[in-house]
Amino acid sequence: MNTVETKNEDSKTATETVAKTQISGSQAVLEALLAEGIETVFGYPGGAIMPIYDALYDYNDKLKHILVRHEQGGIHAAQGFARTSGKVGVVFATSGPGATNLITGLADAMIDSNPIVCITGQVFAHLLGTDAFQETDVINITTPVTKWNYQVTEASEIPEALAKAFYIARSGRPGPVLIDITKNAQVQLFDYLGYKPCSHIRSYRPKPIVRNKHIQEAADLINQAKKPLVLFGQGVILGKAEKEFKEFIEKSGIPAAWTVMGLSALETDHPQNVGMLGMHGNYAPNVLTNECDVLIAIGMRFDDRVTGRLDKYAKQAKIIHLDIDPAEIDKNVKTTVAVWGDCKETLPILTKLVDKKSHTDWLAHFRELEKEEVKEVIQEELNPSSDIMTMGEVVKVLNELTGGDAVIVTDVGQHQMVACRYAKFNQSKSNVTSGGLGTMGFGLPAAIGAWYGAPERPIVAIIGDGGFQMTLQELGTIMQFGAKVKILILNNEFLGMVRQWQQLFNDKRYSFVDITSPDFVTVAKGYHIDGQRISEREQLKDALKTMLDHPDSYLLEVMVGKENNVFPMVAQGSSVAEIRLK
Amino acid sequence: MTKQEYTLTIYTENKVGIIGRIVILFSRKKINIESISGSPSEVAGIFRFTILINESEEVVRKVCRQLEKQVDILKAYFNTNSEIVWQEQALFKVATEKVTEGADVERLARIYGARAVVIRNDYTVFETSGHTEDIDKLTEALANFGLIEFVRSGRIAIIKNSEGFHKKLKEFEREEPAPEVKENEFLDKQDKVFTM
Repeated sequence: MNTVETKNEDSKTATETVAKTQISGSQAVLEALLAEGIETVFGYPGGAIMPIYDALYDYNDKLKHILVRHEQGGIHAAQGFARTSGKVGVVFATSGPGATNLITGLADAMIDSNPIVCITGQVFAHLLGTDAFQETDVINITTPVTKWNYQVTEASEIPEALAKAFYIARSGRPGPVLIDITKNAQVQLFDYLGYKPCSHIRSYRPKPIVRNKHIQEAADLINQAKKPLVLFGQGVILGKAEKEFKEFIEKSGIPAAWTVMGLSALETDHPQNVGMLGMHGNYAPNVLTNECDVLIAIGMRFDDRVTGRLDKYAKQAKIIHLDIDPAEIDKNVKTTVAVWGDCKETLPILTKLVDKKSHTDWLAHFRELEKEEVKEVIQEELNPSSDIMTMGEVVKVLNELTGGDAVIVTDVGQHQMVACRYAKFNQSKSNVTSGGLGTMGFGLPAAIGAWYGAPERPIVAIIGDGGFQMTLQELGTIMQFGAKVKILILNNEFLGMVRQWQQLFNDKRYSFVDITSPDFVTVAKGYHIDGQRISEREQLKDALKTMLDHPDSYLLEVMVGKENNVFPMVAQGSSVAEIRLK
Repeated sequence: MTKQEYTLTIYTENKVGIIGRIVILFSRKKINIESISGSPSEVAGIFRFTILINESEEVVRKVCRQLEKQVDILKAYFNTNSEIVWQEQALFKVATEKVTEGADVERLARIYGARAVVIRNDYTVFETSGHTEDIDKLTEALANFGLIEFVRSGRIAIIKNSEGFHKKLKEFEREEPAPEVKENEFLDKQDKVFTM
């Protein structure tokens, strides 16, 4: 099977050309990546993926490989890369533990629709199922957390398998794909006929057919509406439909509220941007969800953190749902009109059909309620009367310094909600966070990937003291490869979000939320990353400025109030209209 | 919402592991699969699974949408019992002396339309097909005559109103024939493969 035709000097026949185009499975993998326009790969080598790494040695000038410190870091970095670049993130990992370390990232990418291609090494095909060294049943383990996966046992399958992988990962509703390649397939030589990108799979329809009739019905509802409200999610960003979205809301004059995943699709200062939805979202859009007459959901999936109690969610409203994924329609909230399709295609049709309006009084209603939120929550959060710093004021000063041009990457917890609430954004693809899965430890590796996805932009990773300790080994990746990530640790010496719940719902029984931290600045120093720790307000602006102006990565630890809470809050089991301000 | 029997008919690519992708969508929601059967469909190259579950219409509809979302699944239908023609098959093994002892076993076989497929000195195997209840009744009756072994297949079903889809499916396969199934060819070749 691996024989190369012997050259016949006398008659140079076609056999020689065939012989010349024999390449190994590993080379085919790398050729596929180059053909797909991939320049950066995040990964970690190991026994079963060694042939691919051996081939990579010769591709070093064309493919940049970032050696992470843990495979979870690798996949989160690929996610960050995908989020800021809009391209597919690629990860290499070995079999067994290498592959199982990807699971959290796959689950995260699956629920947040990140286009990711993971390539894992696997034991030799004849050893499959024998409990060989570092063998694990990767295909079955990853099935629930991948959009598609496939095991390659023969080199000749590789070009087609990878072409399908990239096509599936990025088309339709994006998602993670895993290709598991046995070691024999990596070393095997085969007749390479070139790489053909995939643009069609017969059993896969990435985009539902757009039905104009339903768009007309949606337009009719919108045109009759007195109090319409738009909810937008990441679908707008994934569909690269920010412009189409803006044209729609500007013509229809409808106030627009965002989910955490939709953040930055519309600039913060847009007059129709009425804020964040859901559990720690803004007061007005939550309360008025239960007052609007037509709710237009665009590229969002009515997550329970957005809807609160479903049986009390927008019952008075007619629901229009625009989504590319038919399985999202009616999944949580029953729709009146479903507009299936890519919102890049459906929104312009809808915009044409809606009347030009300005819902001035209705919009003023949002601004009224906003004043209440400012008075009760925002004022104190951004301009605290106490000496102790709040997370909100740190984000406020950061906004002043970046002007809203930075990419904000967050981890998970209180700081995440505060960052999403208060960070200012001028452009899309600027907010990188673990929305659906809520993966602590996401922030630092995702920020590294975010930098490779948008190296020209300032990348600020806002991380809590808890989450930072979950993946801080990735400081090593920064040290070795030079990603310019500004790490802003908001340290409240607690696992703050759980503590907040224990305070509000468990009678302050603070059960294992009191977490101690190492000296983060010293840890960073160990990795040759500059940094400082501050606890006084007067240091804040200078410290943030030092961080942002630093030519390399930098770690700034800010000590904030230990028992501050994030408000407003829709308590679990409550309706969004019952959102509490304190 | 009330639960009732739904028969799901799922058309898929013939691919290693596809059944796993199907069943986890049920187990994820903790739905018990009452029966499952899979085989090639009337169109060569396209596989067909029949799954029986007891659920509310709303849940079944959502499961079907999740099924159709899978890359290798072409289509998922769900039908109530009145919309399908369905059968199960069963095999019964009875000691031959019990069959020849009197006329009882023979009579039972006639009533339930069972036929002997193997007759040996020591045992006889009957086969029948029908609805679950019919097979249950025969099983119960044969238990009195020392039923040695009994096996029943999963439900298979024909959708009464399926002509339209059948046409589409045939055209679909004609325009784009099924990709080849790739299996692991190396499992029994350990002696011939270098490993490290």
